[in-house]
Amino acid sequence: MDVQHPFSDETTELPDPTEMPDIKVGAMAASKPYVAPCTIQEALNYPGELVENWQEKAVAKLGDLVGRYRSLKVFLDSCVKCGACTDKCHYFLGTGDPKNMPVARQDLLRKVYRRNFTLAGKYAPWLVGAVDLTEEVLDDWYTYFHQCSQCRRCSVFCPYGIDTAEISMAAREIMDHIGKGQKYSNEIIGKVFKIGNNLGLPPKALKATLEGLEEEIEEETGAPVKLPLDEQGADILLVTPSADFFASPHMEGLIGYAKVFHAAGAKWTLSSHASEAANFAMFIGSYETMREISLRIRKAAMDLGVKRIIFGECGHAWRVAYSFMNTLAGPFDFLDPKYPVPQHILEFTEEQIANGTVKLDKSKNDHMTLTFHDSCNVARASRMGPKPGGQFDIPRAVIKASVNNYHDMADETIKEKTFCCGGGGGLLTDELLDLRKKGAMPRMRALKEVEVNHGVTHMAAICAICKAQFSKVLPEYGFDREAIVSVHQLVSNAIILDKPNEAEAD
Amino acid sequence: MGYHFNGQDIAHDEEGYLTDLSQWNADLALLIAKDENVAMTDEHWEVVNFLREYYDEYQIAPAIRVLTKALAKKMGPEKSSNKYLYELFPYGPAKQACKIAGLPKPTGCV
Repeated sequence: MDVQHPFSDETTELPDPTEMPDIKVGAMAASKPYVAPCTIQEALNYPGELVENWQEKAVAKLGDLVGRYRSLKVFLDSCVKCGACTDKCHYFLGTGDPKNMPVARQDLLRKVYRRNFTLAGKYAPWLVGAVDLTEEVLDDWYTYFHQCSQCRRCSVFCPYGIDTAEISMAAREIMDHIGKGQKYSNEIIGKVFKIGNNLGLPPKALKATLEGLEEEIEEETGAPVKLPLDEQGADILLVTPSADFFASPHMEGLIGYAKVFHAAGAKWTLSSHASEAANFAMFIGSYETMREISLRIRKAAMDLGVKRIIFGECGHAWRVAYSFMNTLAGPFDFLDPKYPVPQHILEFTEEQIANGTVKLDKSKNDHMTLTFHDSCNVARASRMGPKPGGQFDIPRAVIKASVNNYHDMADETIKEKTFCCGGGGGLLTDELLDLRKKGAMPRMRALKEVEVNHGVTHMAAICAICKAQFSKVLPEYGFDREAIVSVHQLVSNAIILDKPNEAEAD
Repeated sequence: MGYHFNGQDIAHDEEGYLTDLSQWNADLALLIAKDENVAMTDEHWEVVNFLREYYDEYQIAPAIRVLTKALAKKMGPEKSSNKYLYELFPYGPAKQACKIAGLPKPTGCV
């Protein structure tokens, strides 16, 4: 239910989130993430440092990729420079650097593609903007393909549907193959293979964390809510980002999932082998690594003998799971065919609310007025539930079932037009904080508008990256750090749990 | 890259996290904290010592909730909030406190 807030009669004019910035050439030329050192690169079977014949190797890899991915070739061939994408990128809006216009970003790769793989580019490069891959071009690649969060907002507005995300994934894949990888993403992928998750959380620590949470929930609610780990024969395997075992407000969401499963009487488990939903291999465009990470989930599901797989609140994990998991790690014919593979935790929770197994007391969230930040990979790269638009409607339905006060942000900033949080796509690293702050600007302006005009106090999200990014940048824009919440945190606050002694008394 | 300490160069990464965790000691922690503009008080040491004890046992820093709960037990409920931790370590309790405690940086979506 949308509540009429006393603020909503008169609205105050505030800065437009989609306002075209002044152009500042080269404004972000110095923004680069740390380059992965040798040890991190070699653990992923990439060269430890820039190889000697890197130009040749890079062009060969580009040829390999356009041969493998028809989509990439179409995207590189079909741009007509119509300009529809220019002001659609949050990093362009926040920085004014023209190389952050999606078309300009694409052209960094396109000009090298043209030079090497098109007739006109080979014989008359000056006519078609084709150039050789020089050190300067490579430097631009590293700089500006790490200023794309692969959020795909530009592709919504492109009349040809050109997806800059795929182009930036390809560029990063090429750079990895010549020895110029990004430290943040590649270190994390290495940890998944070595320890089992992005965080580097060993099974013993995971077990202790979950036991601690069980105690805490029981102390607080009186209900014996469990967070089972590696429970053989459970029906449901929950795969969730490891940030849910560590950070706030992520962990408050995890508590919410556990309470929902408890109320639904579901037999569920987490897995120490698949203790990570995230799959950063997508960010670096590596199909092979993305597959290896996905196979961990398959193995865990088979070993534990579960009937269904449910994903926790993680944006890009849901994209990988929903859009690619079946081809990467399928077939999943060993699971119960009654349920979709995979399922999102929100689908599960919505169903429990609809059929009455989960009961909610909305007044428990009356100290807040909520809005919802659609996470890019859920909004634009996947769906949820059986109906089109489910990825927009299901989260809102669950929030509105949990709170009395809710108001959406401006239409041009939500659903398929949502703005990235500013930290997606492998950019959630401290050395890119300036970029992250600037890239968050459109979302922060949209939030400000509903704060001022509709009394919104909190923003809910369903992505671990969004939650961490907003915790960091909200204070920079004058908001409270804890104004970002997990959707299942709202469920957790509102859920009515039977206490065992009360049940007996009945 | 290194901290100049007792006539030695103690290596750290681009962000100041120790490369070799065994080189940590309390005096070095003071130097790292100074670099971070954190003036170490008993309250800061409570956090740093807890992080190190936890790391010893589990090879990872504790979750924020685990940390706040432990502080509440030791120092009272008013010390059990995220806000309190950010007052002590303005850059973020997980990352800044880990750096000072000589632990690796928590990675991932945190």
